[in-house]
Amino acid sequence: MRFVVRRMGLFFLTLWAALTINFLIPRLMPGNEATAMLSHFKGINPSALHALEVEFGVNNDQNLLVSYVQYLGNCLTGQFGLDSARVPVMTVILRGLPWTLGLVGVTTVIAFSIGTLLGIVSAWRRGGALDSLLSPLLFILTTFPVFFIALLLLFIFGVVLGWFPLSSNYSVGETPSLSVAFVLDVIGHAILPGVTLVVTAAGGWIYTMRNNMVSTLSEDYVRMARAKGLSPWRIMLDYSARNAILPNLTGFAMQLGFILGGSILVEYTFSYPGLGYLFFTGTTNHDLPLQEALFLFYTLAVLLCVLVADFATAWLDPRTRDA
Amino acid sequence: MASPQVFLPGAETQAADQGYRDAVGRLSRAVLRNRKATIGLLLLAIIVLVAAFPGLIAPGDPQAAIYEQQLGPSWSHLLGTTQVGQDVFTQLIWGTRLTLIITVSVGALCTLISVLVGVTAAYVGGVVDGSLSLLTDIFLIIPTLPLLIVLSTYLEGSGTVAIIAVLVVTGWAFGARQLRAQGLSLRTRDFLEAARVRGERRPYIILVEILPNMLSLVVASFLGSAVYTVATAAGLQFLGLGSSNEITWGTMLHFAQQNGAIESGNAFWALAPGAAVALLGTAFALLNYAFDEIANPALRSVRRQRAKSDS
Repeated sequence: MRFVVRRMGLFFLTLWAALTINFLIPRLMPGNEATAMLSHFKGINPSALHALEVEFGVNNDQNLLVSYVQYLGNCLTGQFGLDSARVPVMTVILRGLPWTLGLVGVTTVIAFSIGTLLGIVSAWRRGGALDSLLSPLLFILTTFPVFFIALLLLFIFGVVLGWFPLSSNYSVGETPSLSVAFVLDVIGHAILPGVTLVVTAAGGWIYTMRNNMVSTLSEDYVRMARAKGLSPWRIMLDYSARNAILPNLTGFAMQLGFILGGSILVEYTFSYPGLGYLFFTGTTNHDLPLQEALFLFYTLAVLLCVLVADFATAWLDPRTRDA
Repeated sequence: MASPQVFLPGAETQAADQGYRDAVGRLSRAVLRNRKATIGLLLLAIIVLVAAFPGLIAPGDPQAAIYEQQLGPSWSHLLGTTQVGQDVFTQLIWGTRLTLIITVSVGALCTLISVLVGVTAAYVGGVVDGSLSLLTDIFLIIPTLPLLIVLSTYLEGSGTVAIIAVLVVTGWAFGARQLRAQGLSLRTRDFLEAARVRGERRPYIILVEILPNMLSLVVASFLGSAVYTVATAAGLQFLGLGSSNEITWGTMLHFAQQNGAIESGNAFWALAPGAAVALLGTAFALLNYAFDEIANPALRSVRRQRAKSDS
């Protein structure tokens, strides 16, 4: 019970901190959403500035506390204001959300499974072919920036070989439907961005899984299992991997923040119209309400995953419940 | 090293010097003996030389738009030209300097904050530790890149210093957590107890007794932040944020992407600065791996044993 309270406490505290940071940024920085947008266009017209300020709800005379409470209320009800095209930010975000959710969700699951499996096998046959091939490869994958891998894949498989489309989420002229042709088209467009994310994300999981496996393999209970003559599969999966996977689960949330960050760059590289691409268009249009709302969405996503991972770890490993 | 020495009053600075000299000597010997570290150091040295003397390799003004636009690679333009007719190779060479300056200053400032926060939390303990750790945890969970994007959009046009500032604000937490953990494990050691019993003041204990013992972790934390900065700063600039009127590898990538370099047969314009970013990251990461081995003997002995059985 104490565990649940503590975890929920950290969840709400961090959420509150993110909301407050988001509230304070525009107020600590020189200017506000309106002046930031206008400074992008030359020559500030005072009346235009005022009109924008009214629209963004920037009120210089208002009590800070009053606007803070108002802001929290707006965030809870999903009112994030209008973007530069005068469309409610929430509508814009909901349009991009399914694409990012699909791309990041599927690739995270794939990367986690592949990473964990490769980590298990490479620790089991330590120093073997897979292990010695994997470690320099891993080094490259975890060190190279996400966008460089994206650009390389785009160049090799998109331009030189021409196997996959260069950008967007589905072909121009297709209308979204549940037909086989459309689904295949969507998958084809998602492969290059997806592979980039899997390749960059799996590295961390292989690394931790391998190192944890190496240490659990030298535990007494594994020697005991060997002495009993249990099958290698059973020792590998039930005895060693089962105990080694816990830190991978805790690291899941940290990795998710990393993958989400990567997905912004990947979506930009492939012009994939999800939330990450919105971040980029928000940058060029100086769409701060949009960016601030996106920041909150990404934080909430990471926080929810931290919470789920924490509870999963506690469920699997009673020792962590006291912590 | 950990043997308690009795210091005479007034010998404090000497003792500090000695402690650091021992630690630095041990570290540099370990670096020179490690193959990964040597390669990383060599790569870094080359990059530093390029940053220091770009004019020797690529004479000419990297900003001068005096050539034909969007040329492919040729002997006169090794990597082609940009959308306004600048030489890409010249930009790549001259862009090294600012890229390196940003990386090193962010790395150093992040490390400074990590040390301050981490060691203070570990040594002082209690409520201070609780609140500093909570702050660290919050900054670790909040996704970095989205926060960075919001901050830099506000600061657009304010130049390199602003970029460095926002990267430091979002990047210090990881190192702080590691240094706190190490500090906690040192806390109960006998030589610190001895210093306390001698009646040394807190700053003295932290600076002279604790820090020299954490030096390898401090260096590792700097290298880790540098790896983070290389990729993150370039990513930000790739999106078009941060000093886009100055030349760095990241801003080169941005203009290449905006002009469809990859699709229009001028792929080196984008791939070359991308590879340069990867190379700089690799240099720091190699050094970082080596420091991991130095700081964590368990990893090292495994590799030694394997190397022996291979030969």
